[in-house]
Amino acid sequence: MGNNGMEIKEIKLTAKDFSSDQDVRWCPGCGDYSILAQVQRSFPDIIGVKKENIVWISGIGCSSRFPYYMNTYGYHTIHGRAPAIATGVKVSRPELSVWVAAGDGDLLSIGGNHFIHACRKNIDLKILLFNNRIYGLTKGQYSPTSEKGKKTKTSPYGSVDNPFNPSALALGSGATFVGRALDGDAKHLQMMIKRAAEHKGTAFLEIFQNCVIFNDGAFDKLTDKKTRDENVLYLEHGKPMIFGANKDKGIILSSGKPEVVEIGEGKHRVEDLIVHDENDESFLIGTLLSHMTDNPNMPTPVGVFRQVIMPTLDAEIADQVEQITKIKGEGDLEKVLFNGNTWSVN
Amino acid sequence: MIKEKEVQQVTEVTVRFAGDSGDGMQLTGSQFSETTAIFGNDLSTLPDYPAEIRAPTGTVYGVSGYQLHFSSADIHTPGDRPDILVAMNPAAIKKNIGELKPGAMIIANMDSFDRKNLQLAKYETNPLEDNSLKGYDVYPVPISHLTAKALEGTKLSPKDVARCKNFFALGIMYWLYNRPLEPTLKWIKDKFKNKPEFIDANSKALTAGYNYGENTELFTIRYHVEPAKLPKGIYRSISGNEATALGFLAASVKSGLPLFLGSYPITPASEILQYLSYYKNFGVKTFQAEDEIAGITSAIGAAYAGNLALTTTSGPGLALKTEAVGLAVMTELPLVIVDVQRGGPSTGLPTKTEQADLLQAIYGRNGESPVAVIAAATPSDCFTMALEAARIAIKFMTPVILLTDGYLGNGSEPWKVPNVKDLPDIPVKFRTEKEGFAPYLRDENLARPWVKPGTPGLEHRVGGLEKANITGNVSYDADNHDLMINLREQKVKGIAKDIPLLDVDGDQSGELLVLGWGGTYGAIKEAVIKARENGYKVSQAHLKYLNPFPSNTEMVLKSFKKVLIPEINLGQLAKLIRSEFLIPVEQFNVVRGLPFRVSDIENKISEMLGGSSNGK
Repeated sequence: MGNNGMEIKEIKLTAKDFSSDQDVRWCPGCGDYSILAQVQRSFPDIIGVKKENIVWISGIGCSSRFPYYMNTYGYHTIHGRAPAIATGVKVSRPELSVWVAAGDGDLLSIGGNHFIHACRKNIDLKILLFNNRIYGLTKGQYSPTSEKGKKTKTSPYGSVDNPFNPSALALGSGATFVGRALDGDAKHLQMMIKRAAEHKGTAFLEIFQNCVIFNDGAFDKLTDKKTRDENVLYLEHGKPMIFGANKDKGIILSSGKPEVVEIGEGKHRVEDLIVHDENDESFLIGTLLSHMTDNPNMPTPVGVFRQVIMPTLDAEIADQVEQITKIKGEGDLEKVLFNGNTWSVN
Repeated sequence: MIKEKEVQQVTEVTVRFAGDSGDGMQLTGSQFSETTAIFGNDLSTLPDYPAEIRAPTGTVYGVSGYQLHFSSADIHTPGDRPDILVAMNPAAIKKNIGELKPGAMIIANMDSFDRKNLQLAKYETNPLEDNSLKGYDVYPVPISHLTAKALEGTKLSPKDVARCKNFFALGIMYWLYNRPLEPTLKWIKDKFKNKPEFIDANSKALTAGYNYGENTELFTIRYHVEPAKLPKGIYRSISGNEATALGFLAASVKSGLPLFLGSYPITPASEILQYLSYYKNFGVKTFQAEDEIAGITSAIGAAYAGNLALTTTSGPGLALKTEAVGLAVMTELPLVIVDVQRGGPSTGLPTKTEQADLLQAIYGRNGESPVAVIAAATPSDCFTMALEAARIAIKFMTPVILLTDGYLGNGSEPWKVPNVKDLPDIPVKFRTEKEGFAPYLRDENLARPWVKPGTPGLEHRVGGLEKANITGNVSYDADNHDLMINLREQKVKGIAKDIPLLDVDGDQSGELLVLGWGGTYGAIKEAVIKARENGYKVSQAHLKYLNPFPSNTEMVLKSFKKVLIPEINLGQLAKLIRSEFLIPVEQFNVVRGLPFRVSDIENKISEMLGGSSNGK
């Protein structure tokens, strides 16, 4: 077959090509399985990135085993440091597509500093937060995203810690892409992974992920077929914010605050609703959406909260190297060593 | 007509400039050094300044000093006790008087000896007038007043005029030691090229100081120190931190690998980051990280991605980087960590020198976590050892800790600049061959293959969990763990085959060997030379490789009846030597945040050999 003059076409990869030979060792029923599957399914569609140019970096936690299961380059590092290690990879090799898999404890507690600085510097990293609102690998202590009052092994009388709001934190740190998806909504999750992949800059994707052992059902309201339509707001750029099984509810801005209203005859009109603008540079819509999350009177938004294009740190560092080289000429070690005041001993 | 002044020939001089942190003493000192280097003397410097940037003026704790030892002969230290002190205020005298040689010369800016400054320095009466400086050769000079007079008619504010006084003082010193003004005049021109009024003022102040020396009747003698007879070559003056930066730049060129530095500013190491951030046209990427941990972890990411990866820090930073060093050990990546040691523990003495991070470097991690540890001996040796650190890291796929210290980092000396073609190449081999690849295969040096992400077909995973031998898969197997622990240890031990033997200066065996490491080289060397001049039989050896030790270390030590180990810590190398070789060594430890005094080591040598018929 080989020599019959057939044109060789690049073969499109499949999900299987991204699967490593390692047995996946998460608990049966863990939300991580779905996230892994959606990543493997969506990666063949990411245009322009070769498999050998993909690097997964993780820290410590259940979800941080992720790189072992991806047949790409991967580095399972130490607790909290994945964004910093990924930064070194990306800054030194901007041509690589660098992904971070992190849990809520890893990214927001021990690694909080690296996370906010990665967002601030707009390093071209794709950061997936597997947010299950619990410490899983250490067997059930409250995490920085656990809701106040939660009873866990280290908070038997209820946690007195206020949780982080991850998307608000990312926005506040200047992230240029902030989005959310659910482990239980495969199609939407795949779409969001591709959106993150296509973004040039720090892409922060929070994924609500169910921990079957220590926090089972935390997101049932959002993933259960019976309740999800009433509780999830799917965001679409340029479209009014509508939700509900019968698409009869929407979000209006009333005295500067978001409010759920019914739409239809004698009620609010669709034109009254907030129209989602992902590219809103003012942070207003993104911030509004991020703070709807824990409001019991509001649906939980999923989708892209905000996406703006800004120069990335890795590109700017590379640019500076190029520009300075252009001005000064390629480095001449001899010249540098003999630079300054020299004298000769004969 | 003023009569021709007497010129006295001297072989060596130790000068100390001292004044307020805002008086420009570091600048004055470094200009004097630069000119002295160009003049051809051998020299060694010791900047000594407070951690506060502008400590309250006039106070003793705000005094900033710069010491310089120069000579017509070979010298190795910044000098024990100054022959001459330039004191810009009373506090400078208060702080330094106890360290001067008996009969030392003091040039004091008498204008600053007013009531306020005397009070701030806690003087009840003026030391220039109350005879308390009897025994010293004191020259009160109205430096502020004369500077203002020299600058009459300039457009500078009185405050700016006052700031030129350090150049006047420098001018006096140039006259006194017969140095040319040109290098500093040129430096002033470059430095203030956008502020012509400052070029004019500072140049005038410098020249006026020189002419004052020439014309005043105060000074009757000036001194001449002949150029030193150094080996042939082209020289420049270099500080340890600059030499470190240039060493890694050279390593990048010689290995063909782009240099990545991830670092967080910390005294006294920040300068290395500052220097390297200039060399973008060499493809150097510097990343000023959010903290020490991100400094090293970004470097680990760059090492994984196939760069010459470096992080620079001081003791507190090394403590923060500890866990990440372990990750580089487990994932067997080439990484260089520079620790410019300072006084500890905790924040300690940020601007002072110490050698107390040796055990932290060798042992300070969880688990069995071997890394190579090497140390520079002099400021210019930082260049050589930076190249060595990179070479070992790459060849053995291991983290290497390079120890320097505040004294080496800030101190400077003449450096015979090497030719690029004489520097050895650093071979690098990236694995690209798919056939038979496994991430934890090992070569003859037990190094694993280095694979750049982006290489098709070699996609693989590494991590901090224990690795299965060869495959690198996660393994909890008991025997495999034991095997891997030993493999990592053997790999680092094997570096001993690849480094120079320990050299002995002096008799190869005998009564006493003085063994040192790191920045104490010069002080020990000078002490040993002086002890020999006094008839003692004493040899010197200096360890630049601390883990592993050179393979002949035990043999060398056992060739002497006694071994003395002076260290600026409480005996960390002594502990290592005892535990490794079961050799009883004598330790000598003074931990003052300053380099050793040569005389202290010399006294210790004579104490150990005193009365011994073999020793003298």
